[in-house]
Amino acid sequence: MEPLLVHPDPPPPELARVLDLGGYPWKPVADERQAVTDTPDDGWGGAIVVVGEQSDAAWSLCRAIRKGDLPVEPLLLLLGGNRLDELDLRDELYDDFCLDPFHPRELEARLRHLFWRTGSGTAPELVEYADLVLNLETYQAAIAGAPLDLTYMEYELLKFLAQHPGKVFTRETLLSRVWGYEYYGGARTVDVHIRRLRAKLGEEHAGLIATVRSVGYRFGQSRWGV
Amino acid sequence: MDRQKEYVLRTVEERGVRFVRLWFTDVLGQLKSFAISPAELEGAFDDGMQFDGSAIDGFSRIQESDVLARPDATTFEILPWGAKNETSARMFCDLTSLDGRPFAGDPRQVLRRNLDAARSQGYSFFVAPEVEFFYFQDGDPSRPPVPLDTGSYFDLTTADVASDLRSRTIHHLEALGIPVEYSFHEDSPSQHEIDLRHTDALSMADNVMTLRLVVRETALSQGVHATFMPQPISGVQGSGMHTHLSLFEGDANAFHDPSEPYLLSKTGQAFVAGLLHHAAEITAVTNQLVNSYKRLIVGTEAPASITWARNHRAALVRVPETRVGKEEAVRIEYRSPDPALNPYLAYSLLLAAGLKGIAEGYTLPDEATSYLESSPRERAKSEVAGLPQSLAEALDAMEGSDLVRETLGDHIFEWFLRNKRAEWADYKAQVTPFELARYLPTW
Repeated sequence: MEPLLVHPDPPPPELARVLDLGGYPWKPVADERQAVTDTPDDGWGGAIVVVGEQSDAAWSLCRAIRKGDLPVEPLLLLLGGNRLDELDLRDELYDDFCLDPFHPRELEARLRHLFWRTGSGTAPELVEYADLVLNLETYQAAIAGAPLDLTYMEYELLKFLAQHPGKVFTRETLLSRVWGYEYYGGARTVDVHIRRLRAKLGEEHAGLIATVRSVGYRFGQSRWGV
Repeated sequence: MDRQKEYVLRTVEERGVRFVRLWFTDVLGQLKSFAISPAELEGAFDDGMQFDGSAIDGFSRIQESDVLARPDATTFEILPWGAKNETSARMFCDLTSLDGRPFAGDPRQVLRRNLDAARSQGYSFFVAPEVEFFYFQDGDPSRPPVPLDTGSYFDLTTADVASDLRSRTIHHLEALGIPVEYSFHEDSPSQHEIDLRHTDALSMADNVMTLRLVVRETALSQGVHATFMPQPISGVQGSGMHTHLSLFEGDANAFHDPSEPYLLSKTGQAFVAGLLHHAAEITAVTNQLVNSYKRLIVGTEAPASITWARNHRAALVRVPETRVGKEEAVRIEYRSPDPALNPYLAYSLLLAAGLKGIAEGYTLPDEATSYLESSPRERAKSEVAGLPQSLAEALDAMEGSDLVRETLGDHIFEWFLRNKRAEWADYKAQVTPFELARYLPTW
């Protein structure tokens, strides 16, 4: 599916995590101008706008992307309970809203429902890289045609990495995006799980996950071919 | 239902799992298991599986015999052996009483409670064991065990049954998400070692339980008997389970301080002091068999005295020198445990003894290098204490220990002492081949 437009840049980590876990591609944008210049070739798949302290900026972004040449649908707002008044007379600017702080399960349910209603793309079903296939619908993974039996956290970690091949992530980033920043146990948890994943991938495929010295980990080939 | 459980249910369906094996551990460290069908799994997650625990060692008193097994979804693994159409999976369980409180006779709950206590002080506890064991031609107790080979330390024994077994075992362990750091032929004939890569203490206790099963099952499939009995043959090095300990405060290694000698922080020094101070009290758990004490003998690589050193292999606690560039990896190695222990209880006690050292600010005694190299006569004059020399001595030391009682809880503490006293009494009533050979001809 086309990426979701997400405002602000960077978005709250918990929001990024829900989107990653749900398998939704997304791009953060800071303002209207960037929303236009960064528009993907096939347009945006939808938008999630957090109406926070700078609520004027958020509302003007909503106006711009809904009234523009390519209206973005569906548009989901996240806003605090003390801002519900601001929804008045703005019905045309959004399709649904969710109270912030949000419950991850509620946010996922609203996203699923919005996409069903507007008939736009659903989250992708398969993540593939070389011999590796992850089926997001069934939670199953396979390498070179053989099933790969993973625990839930191993699966989520591999999914996150495989969705961003070639990119280097620090342990802290992986911890906050895959486990959630509240996770107790620190960045070592990431090392432990990477080692477990490599063990399960087997000698032949363990190299899919490379250690980038004193930075973190990278899945697959680097973007620069090194 | 949370995502972990949903993931397990989905995987059971997708992979055509026929049986889900629910595992738990009794007080003596034996793995117990019952199988449920996938149809019962959702109910097991929601309500737990009720069973009568009174038949299981150390579990229940008669009047409260029913307990609930609650599968821990994070431990779900497909078992990498068995026929294609007989796929089965396992999960470790936490046991609760019917009203939902942690069950006092469940060693896994004991470790959870102790890890929670450490966590409330900001610490997380990581463990890495080096597990030694023997392969024998069979497990018939009526005659002396026969080794498979006569190899020795680090020997590369080509194409023999034992090294093939070891590589199959490692393959199974890795498929179960238990990374192996090293494996090699150990010192004694047919003795092997598998070193596991460190992880949090709860996962590691689960891993040790799994490893013992995997080693034995893999051997059995080739008609070989694997044993974790500490000293199955006399006159060779027995099987130990040297255990590396790390303590973290957030992301920082609490044992590391570049300004201290040997890079061991004040916290690390107090932790070692705690281990030494309480070593005798916890030995009945780290070395729980009558046979365990046939390994802990002066003059072997196994420790017999309550000492610490940087590099001496006869010390009880070692603070291994770190590699250049890896100074932050400073850790502590506790060398008396053997592989026939209950890992949940042993890790609970190692942690509690170390934390007690930190809380009370115990001072670290001098390094014992010269003591360890001294003659038996010099040693006799020294004030360094020895580890208990028999299960009976270890139980005496344990019985007076508030630390052990608090750490294990009254239920397990009392049951363990009662059970092990009975084991000692049975042993003591035996007339051994040693006695017959020595005394029958001359007296």
